[in-house]
Parts: sequence; C-alpha cells; structure tokens
Amino acid sequence: MTTLLLDAEALYAELRDGVRGLIKPDTSLVGIWSGGAWLAERLQADLGLLGSHGVISSTLHRDDFGERGLASGTDPTHLPFAIDGRHILLVDDVLYTGRTIRAVINEMFDFGRPASVQLAVLVDRGGRELPIQAAFAAARVVLPVAQRLSLARQDDGRFTFSVEDDR
Amino acid sequence: MKVLIKNGRVVDPASGRDEHADLAVAAGRIVAIGRVPADFESARLIDASGCIVAPGLVDLAARLREPGHEHEGMLESELNAAAAGGVTSLVCPPDTDPALDEPGLVDMLKFRARKLSLCRLFPLGALTRGLQGEVLTEMAELTESGCVGFSQAEVPIADTLVMMRALQYAATYGYTVWLRPQDGCLGKGVAASGAVATRLGLSGVPVAAETIALHTIFELLRATGARVHLCRLSSAAGVALLRAAKAEGLKVTADVSINSLHLTDVDIGFFNSAMRLSPPLRQGQDRDALRAALADGTIDALVSDHTPVDADAKTLPFGEAEPGATGLELLLSLALKWGGDAGLDLPSTLARVTSAPVQVLGEALGSLASSAGRLVEGGVADVCVFDPSATWAVNPAGLKSQGKHTPFDFASTGTALPGRVRATLVAGTVAYLSPAQ
Amino acid sequence: MLSRRNPQLNAHGELIHLLSIEGLPKAVLTHILDTAGTFLSVNDREVKKVPLLRGKSVFNLFFENSTRTRTTFEIAAKRLSADVINLDIARSSTAKGESLLDTISNLSAMHADMFVVRHSESGAPYLIAQHCAPHVHVVNAGDGRHAHPTQGLLDMYTIRHFKKDFSNLTVAIVGDIVHSRVARSDIHALTTLGVPEIRAVGPKTLVPGDLTQMGVRVCHDMAEGIRDADVIIMLRLQNERMSGAMLPSAGEFFKNYGLTDGKLALAKPDAIVMHPGPINRGVEIDSSVADGSHSVILPQVTFGIAVRMAVMSIIAGNEA
Repeated sequence: MTTLLLDAEALYAELRDGVRGLIKPDTSLVGIWSGGAWLAERLQADLGLLGSHGVISSTLHRDDFGERGLASGTDPTHLPFAIDGRHILLVDDVLYTGRTIRAVINEMFDFGRPASVQLAVLVDRGGRELPIQAAFAAARVVLPVAQRLSLARQDDGRFTFSVEDDR
Repeated sequence: MKVLIKNGRVVDPASGRDEHADLAVAAGRIVAIGRVPADFESARLIDASGCIVAPGLVDLAARLREPGHEHEGMLESELNAAAAGGVTSLVCPPDTDPALDEPGLVDMLKFRARKLSLCRLFPLGALTRGLQGEVLTEMAELTESGCVGFSQAEVPIADTLVMMRALQYAATYGYTVWLRPQDGCLGKGVAASGAVATRLGLSGVPVAAETIALHTIFELLRATGARVHLCRLSSAAGVALLRAAKAEGLKVTADVSINSLHLTDVDIGFFNSAMRLSPPLRQGQDRDALRAALADGTIDALVSDHTPVDADAKTLPFGEAEPGATGLELLLSLALKWGGDAGLDLPSTLARVTSAPVQVLGEALGSLASSAGRLVEGGVADVCVFDPSATWAVNPAGLKSQGKHTPFDFASTGTALPGRVRATLVAGTVAYLSPAQ
Repeated sequence: MLSRRNPQLNAHGELIHLLSIEGLPKAVLTHILDTAGTFLSVNDREVKKVPLLRGKSVFNLFFENSTRTRTTFEIAAKRLSADVINLDIARSSTAKGESLLDTISNLSAMHADMFVVRHSESGAPYLIAQHCAPHVHVVNAGDGRHAHPTQGLLDMYTIRHFKKDFSNLTVAIVGDIVHSRVARSDIHALTTLGVPEIRAVGPKTLVPGDLTQMGVRVCHDMAEGIRDADVIIMLRLQNERMSGAMLPSAGEFFKNYGLTDGKLALAKPDAIVMHPGPINRGVEIDSSVADGSHSVILPQVTFGIAVRMAVMSIIAGNEA
C-alpha cells in the first residue's frame, strides 16, 4: 500500500476558507486538545475574530476510561465565555469514530446550554461508530484501522501530519 | 527393636568424633559405633549413605500449646513436627493455658508425651503462680514431676523484690531460672526501635528494654548466687553485657532464636505479620553480634522458639497480630545455614543444637545428662540422620506443625534451606522416617 | 529476602492502590498533582460532576472516626458520579468480634469497587489490599502513625500552588511528628519531589533522632527550626500526649513550639502556614496566625477534594 502524503498546510488553507463560510458574527471557536486547539488558535487569528477561542478536553467524559484509565498530561478545558445561548464551532484535526466529539459535547454541556454546535475538521477518515458528522472537512481519506493519524505542530508553527501504528 | 544405621558419617560434637561408621541400636541404647558385631541382626536398616549421623537435636524453646489446645491435637502434631525436624528433646515454656504451675499438669503433659514416643519433653515450670509475678510456685514439687527449670515465659515480673526472692528460693535447690531479659514497661512496643519502626509508624521497643533487664538480672545474680538462663537475646548491647557477666563468673547461660539469628527489622517489609515476633527483630549490627556470639560460645545455644499461631491471629494489622513463628522443622537447616555462613565446621555448628543445650540443662536432666545430645556407646539412642547437601523449599502447607507462619517460607524468600532430615530415633524407636527412605 | 514489588503499583508501574507515598516515583506524584489541577477547575463549574466513576461503588471504611476526612472523600467520590456507602465500622461488626478480613470479604460480596480505609493500626490498608479481590482498589485515609497519603498529596499541591518550585524550598514540620501519619507522608512526598531542606521541629519526646534516616534535619529549638522557612506545617497535638508522659502540658508546648506572630517573623516574609486540621487554637497555633495572611489552611481543604478526585479516578482506571 502506498503511503498517503497529506499536506497539512494546504489542508489548513482549505479549512480556513471553509470555516469562513460557516461562521456567523457571534460564533465562538472551540478547539479540541491538542490538534484542534492549535487549529482554533490559528483560525482565530487568521479570520480576525473578536474575543478569544476556547479549548476543550474530552478526558473527563471519555467512554474508554474503564479500559485505558485516566489519560496523563491532561490539558484542561478552558472556555473564556459563557456557553449558554452561544453558537459554537468545534474544531478538530481528525474525525474518526466520533467518540471524542461525543465526550467533548458532554463536557461542554457541563458548562451550559449552547444555542447550536457545529463541527469543522481538517480530515474526516470515516469509520464512524456514532451518528456524528462534520459540517466541513478539508479532506476525506481512508486509512487502515491500525493507523493513527494526528496533527503535529513544528517549532516554527507549521502544521504536519503524523501517522503512527496504533498500539 | 534393633536398628542399624549404615554408611553414615558419625559426627558427635561432645566427643569430637567425626568418622564414617555404622551405628547399632538395641533396647533404646547405642550398642556400637563402628565395630558393629557381624552377627548384629537389625529389625530395621537405615542407609545413611551421604548423610550425617548426629545426636538428636535438643531444642531449648518450643511451644506445644498444651495444655490449652487439646482439641486441636496440638501435642501430637507438634511432637511430630519435632521428630521431622530431627529434634529428640525439647524444652517447653510454662505459658500454657492453664500455666504449668501445678505438678498435676506437668505429670499429665509428660505422660501424654511419653505415650507418643516422638520426642522427649522437658517442661519449664512457672516461676510464680499463674505467671502473675506474686506468689512462688512449689518448685520442689514441680521438679519432682519433671520440670527442668523455672520461667516466667514472656511475662515480666514487675516487682523486683519478688524477682529477688524467686531467685533466692530457686538457688536454695540449685534450680535454674529461665528469664526473658525484657523490661515490662519499655517492652510494650511491637517492633524494635529504630529507623524502620519510625518509618513504618510502629511503636518501638528500645534496646534499653533488654539492657536494663540484663543489668537487673545480673545484679540479682550477684546478690543471690542463683543460676539463670537468658532466653532469646536480641541485641549487640545485650551480647556485650552477657560477655562481661560470663567473664565475671556469674552463673549465666543464654540462647538465641533462629529468627534473630537470620533476620532484621528491614525484613518486616510491607508490614508482613510473619515478622511479628518477640523479641522483635533488630538491626543488622545486632544480628551480626548475635551470630558472632553464638560462634564463640558467649551465647550457648540456638533455639527454634517454635510458636504455632492461629491463622486468624496472624491475618491482622501488624501491631495486632500475635507474635510467633513455627520453627521445629527449621532448626537444623537454619543452624546449618548459619554455620556455613560463619565458616564453622560441622561439629561446631551442631554443638549449638546438641551438646551445648544439654550443658545448659545440666543436672536437671538427671540420668540423661550423660548421654543426651551426644552419641556414646551405652548412651541413649537419640539420633538424627540428615543429608547435609540436600536443600528444601519451605512450604507452610507441607509442614507437620499446625503453626504455618514462618518468615522463611520459600514464596517470600526465594531461598531454599540446606539440610534435610532422613530419620530420627528417640530412645531407639524410629520417630520419623522421610518418605524417600 | 526477595524484593517485593510495591503493592500499590501493578506490573506496569501504574497506581492501583494508594497506601503510602513512600515508594512512589516522582512521576506518579506529579501525575496526581497535575490531574488534581484539572479537577480543581471542575469544582468551579456549574455542573461539578464528571462521569468517570459512574456505576462504581466506593465504600468508606472508617475503623477510626473522622467526619471531616470521610466527608471530603464522600464529596470527591460523588463528584466523580460514584455511589458512596459509609460504614461506621467502629460501632458495628468488628465490635461484635467479626474479624477485619471477614468484614472485607462480606463487603466485597456486595460488589464494592473501592475501599477508602482509615484504621488505627499502621499497616492495616496493606492487609486489606492483599486480601481483597483483584479488581478492588484501596485508598488509605490514614493508618495508625504510618501514612495519610492523600493529605501528603494535598499538602504538596498547596505548596506547589503557592510556591511553584520545590527545588529551592525550606520546609519546617512542627509538632508531634513521632505519632503523625501526616508528617511521615509529607516527609516522603517532600523528599521525592526534591525539596532540599526539610526540618522536623519539636521536643525530643515527639521528634526522635532516627527521623534523620528519612531525610530530615531534626531541630529541638523552634527558632532554629523555622528560621527562613518558606513553608511551615503545624501538626495537631493530641491530648493523649500529656497522659503518656511525653509532655507536661499544652501550655508549655505552646510556649516553646506554638506558632505565634512573633515566631512567624523568623520565617521568610512570604512564608505560608499549613495545618492538616482540625486546629487546636492556642495549643499548636495562635488564632492570629491561623486566621492571618500567611495561613493557607482553608485552601488546603479545597485542594483536598480535587486531590482525592484525582487519586480515585487514577487508580480506578488502572487494572491490577
């Protein structure tokens, strides 16, 4: 099988344009740790949005706690705005089974009741196990189940993709 | 019954004999060592090839828990354990239930032990009634019933006047008083004072508990001329005091337990209640001093301090667990292990569990004094045949004793012990034969 | 003797019980502190619950009474969505003679997932951890004089919160150290986290010389003990000490070892004052200090809930 070469920077440009089309003036960006958080940070700046973006963690609501335990090095959820009545755009690097999104939505509802929640991702790799969908995905790929795809950020801020064999 | 033990290496520490020879037994006595008549027809032949033929071990401290645990058949199981350990004579302390303070109790105990023919039993009588430390027992009567000395077991006498009177009275008849040198008030902790007890948060027994008691005992010896046997020395400081007392000429002997000889407080590990022992395990330098003292004879004898403890009494938090460990079946192996580590020859090692304990008992053994703990033609046939090169992994379930708790079990230590008993004879009767024979 | 694996860690070095701070690697302690930070933020939300322990039963087994500690564990467990059952053992089965292990077996039969145990005997939680079913986790809420690991952890969290860097601190622990499980846990945590100067301060009857083997400096003079200290941890003095011939009176103790504003002036100007609670005003600490600007006694309590949530969620997620 040939190795897939994904150009993260190029995909980011697509994402930025796609998100620009999705958001309204009162939409808030929330990036999912860690790839989504980096994307949200850059999107917030590139799109010249007012206020601050939020970052959110799935750790406390994951459904695999029984098998894998509590993840270490937990980056905490930080939402610098009220959730009640807000339009939220969740941003993540890779959408796969949909379980992370489910956990993140549960986490968000611990803070309040949003007016709406939409999802934009860099890569949708299919394989959904829950009825979750992205309003925008910059790319659709299919990968072997045993491979893990995630975003990496270089020291100079450039995005790349890392593909690892899952343990 | 006539028994012939062939092809063994006969080692008798008392006489210095160490040679390959056959040993013939008849009518409960040794009739020949070497020079066995050609027409000696034995009913039982024991092949001791590759084995040591030694005097049966004499253990100066083994608890049998009877009277008190008759319904559990303790006397039988523990005396079987003794035989399996090569022990042919043992001394039991008086802290039974009831305490051995009545001649009738001693008579009964000796009678039942004699019927079992597994091991000779020499009880210590209680020094005071009920071990209460107030009223003296009828020592002359108890001696007539078979007591070889008088003891308070683990119960300290609070009143020094009573202690002095007890020693004076015993001295009148030449009886030996067996005392645990531990101060009653300072000795209440559950572990030896030191870095380990401090770290684990366990109440400590300072060395002063032993040294203060020793000073008191020695002063009373000077005042009364009594003879004392010190039970279970545990510290380097205690050893130093003992050495000085012997040099001074005080009539004192001492023993050390297999536990204090091999273990330290570090072995408590994560609150392992098998290490809950009395005296408590002390530090490395104490163990080293005890080992050296046993080697040079300052400490006369090595004992098992055999104490069977119920499972319920051990599966408790450390401080609440009952102190004690099983030991009869480990005495020989742990003696050999110590002797090997100390670089001693086999006769010197074996002396500490055969001839030396008999010397401690002295005249109290009566007619047995001349042949117990030794192999002599015409003497009693108390023999232990063991394989010094065999090793065994201690498995509590496989022990004959009902006491299953030992710090030396293979699962904890990962170390097999040296020496395996193949046969034990008491008064010429085979008390134990290993399955291999 | 065979070296025994620390019973708190599984074969992968992950925490499955919390029995003592001793023997835990620095990385494990740091992980707990970091996780506690996350739970601290949960406690500020409107919805203070997370579902990590949903469906799990946490049994509080307090063989020694303590409403305060038991309550913090209960709050922590409930915020993790666990079911909490409080067992007042002192008055129930063991008083009737039921053995400790029979009690544990009976409770295990009721499908307990976690035992939070407080016992008056050092080492009791080890016995329980050894004998309970493999999937059951044990948290030591204080055993005899030996350990109070969650208190040690929340004390470290408090120090990290106010002082940030452990590597250049001077910490003084004052009072009845020989009987204190809190002191032992604090000492192990401080040494593991790399605090260079730890002082144990008190009279000889309460601060034994062999404490130095745990890595502390023993000071019998209070002034010397707290001079230039960054952190002062005051310990509770119990009344039994007077009856055990260890101290003549609470008054004399306060005079020599109590923390007053005057003594506090010897420490660093930004020193923090801690106490595991409950405080004996006028015995080990003056009211003006306990309520003063250096005192972080109340934040300790808040941090305690987050730390216990962290401990319970970490161990519940690791398999034996």
